[in-house]
Amino acid sequence: MNDDAQTHSDLRELYRELILDHARSPRHFGKLEGATHSADGINPLCGDKLKLYFRLDDDMRITDACFEGSGCAISVASASLLTDTVTGMTRAEATDFFHAVTDSLSGRTESAPIDLGKLRALQGVRQYPSRVKCATLSWHAMNAALNQDKNPATTE
Amino acid sequence: MSKAQLHTDDREAAYAGMDSLRSDFPSLAQDINGAPLVYLDSAASSQPATVVIEAISEYQKHDHANVHRGVHTLSHRATDAYEGARDAVVDFINANARCETLFTSGTTESINLVAQSFCKPRLKAGNKIVITHLEHHSNIVPWQMICEQTGAELIVIDIDEQGEVNLQQLYEVLDDSVKLLAIAHVSNALGTILPVKQIVEKAHAAGVPVLVDGAQAIAHMAVDVQDLDCDFYAFSGHKMFGPTGIGILYGKESLLEAMPPYKGGGDMILEVSFDGTTYNDLPYKFEAGTPNISSAIGLGAAVRYLQAVGMQRIASHEAELLAYMTSALGSMDDIRLIGTATHKAGVQSFLLADIHPHDLGTILDHQGVAIRTGHHCAMPVMSFFGISGTARASLALYNNTDDIDRLVVALDKARELFCK
Repeated sequence: MNDDAQTHSDLRELYRELILDHARSPRHFGKLEGATHSADGINPLCGDKLKLYFRLDDDMRITDACFEGSGCAISVASASLLTDTVTGMTRAEATDFFHAVTDSLSGRTESAPIDLGKLRALQGVRQYPSRVKCATLSWHAMNAALNQDKNPATTE
Repeated sequence: MSKAQLHTDDREAAYAGMDSLRSDFPSLAQDINGAPLVYLDSAASSQPATVVIEAISEYQKHDHANVHRGVHTLSHRATDAYEGARDAVVDFINANARCETLFTSGTTESINLVAQSFCKPRLKAGNKIVITHLEHHSNIVPWQMICEQTGAELIVIDIDEQGEVNLQQLYEVLDDSVKLLAIAHVSNALGTILPVKQIVEKAHAAGVPVLVDGAQAIAHMAVDVQDLDCDFYAFSGHKMFGPTGIGILYGKESLLEAMPPYKGGGDMILEVSFDGTTYNDLPYKFEAGTPNISSAIGLGAAVRYLQAVGMQRIASHEAELLAYMTSALGSMDDIRLIGTATHKAGVQSFLLADIHPHDLGTILDHQGVAIRTGHHCAMPVMSFFGISGTARASLALYNNTDDIDRLVVALDKARELFCK
């Protein structure tokens, strides 16, 4: 493989087709009317700013998840995948997922205790320390929302 | 030979000379991600020159001791080297006297020193501090802090779509209620060069003292503080091929003389008793505690290096390169240039299609090209343009047209990956 092709294949690890697809066409994008839980996620280094909204029913199950804001391809795709993934989960299940995803992306555990499914597409960021924060921003915001933290979540 | 031909030959000779300087910067000779490094982030921090690294190393190996304190040989050597560095800076910026040149930890501390020691004691509710919309956070937040503490008002002068400061608006607000005008010499995000000399003249006519944030100017053009006639001029060592943690505050002697110390401690005193303390003379009144001796010596070496190369020569080289870069980037339909003022230093912010600057930064880094991405500590500038950040390529004396060509190729790759 020549250098050029190598460069491209490494970048493709980070910017997989699934990531680019969610970045270009984010799912559940916009404000969620009637949200019961919401929180901001701010990455002061990049200026990425996301707001996540959730509607939880009486059994603390997430019936709807939406997000809005702006960010890089990695942070937008991660937020989009998040809303896809946690809809239908209980608050406890979503919290378990938060730990599994952030641990996995930060390289704290090689294999997550939970099957991350398509979220594995985000694991390319492990090679890019400065980009891990982009991928975990929405997850920290979700955790803050579910815990009803008053302060915005940051990745700093 | 025609005059134009002669000019071209001169330019080529200058280029050839400048290119040989590249080897004075050892960190540039390395591969990043399998490609030779193209460093286009000198506005964030420039690469250190070998002479700087060696000056620090020699000092650490042979001459280290505390300054202004001992009678032994090493203390003499350290003091001579430290004060020699100050002399070099005094000469470089053409300060009137060495007591006008204070070592600080960098531009940020220099500005905070002026805010706390010069401005705050003079500020009353209803007074004003004037800045512009294109300032770096370090020339915004210190003023917000003292305005909050004193009830003074912070006035922000507009910029336009090109990144030019509205001078007419600026001149109209200058009156005796304004206690300081604080302006960048060069905008770090937009590259705009402000007409500092003219602004200082107008401000002085209205009785307003002027602080100039020179962080982005000092390594790129000749700076003569007496010619500019500014009251304060601040800059950092690491943006001029020197080390981090060292910078300069130039201040007019009469102003510094009247200002109270900013920090208390050793070296800034003449006599201490529990009845009271007599402060040391300038510049030591403002240099409490053991200073950053090795970095000051490194800064001195950087200044001597810049003088040897010649600031006019550096300015012409970077102007040529900026024109080359602007034309290369400007010829791409999907590039939006942010910062298109008439008089600019070698800084170009831009956006490529709808690729987020951070993604662009990663893709370029993959090809060995280092640029800055984000808000560049100038969030109000980003808000003005309605964007969250930009990609920014910034030039220094060691860059050449090959670097720009590599940037262009790297941008093509980003486009290929993202915009199919």
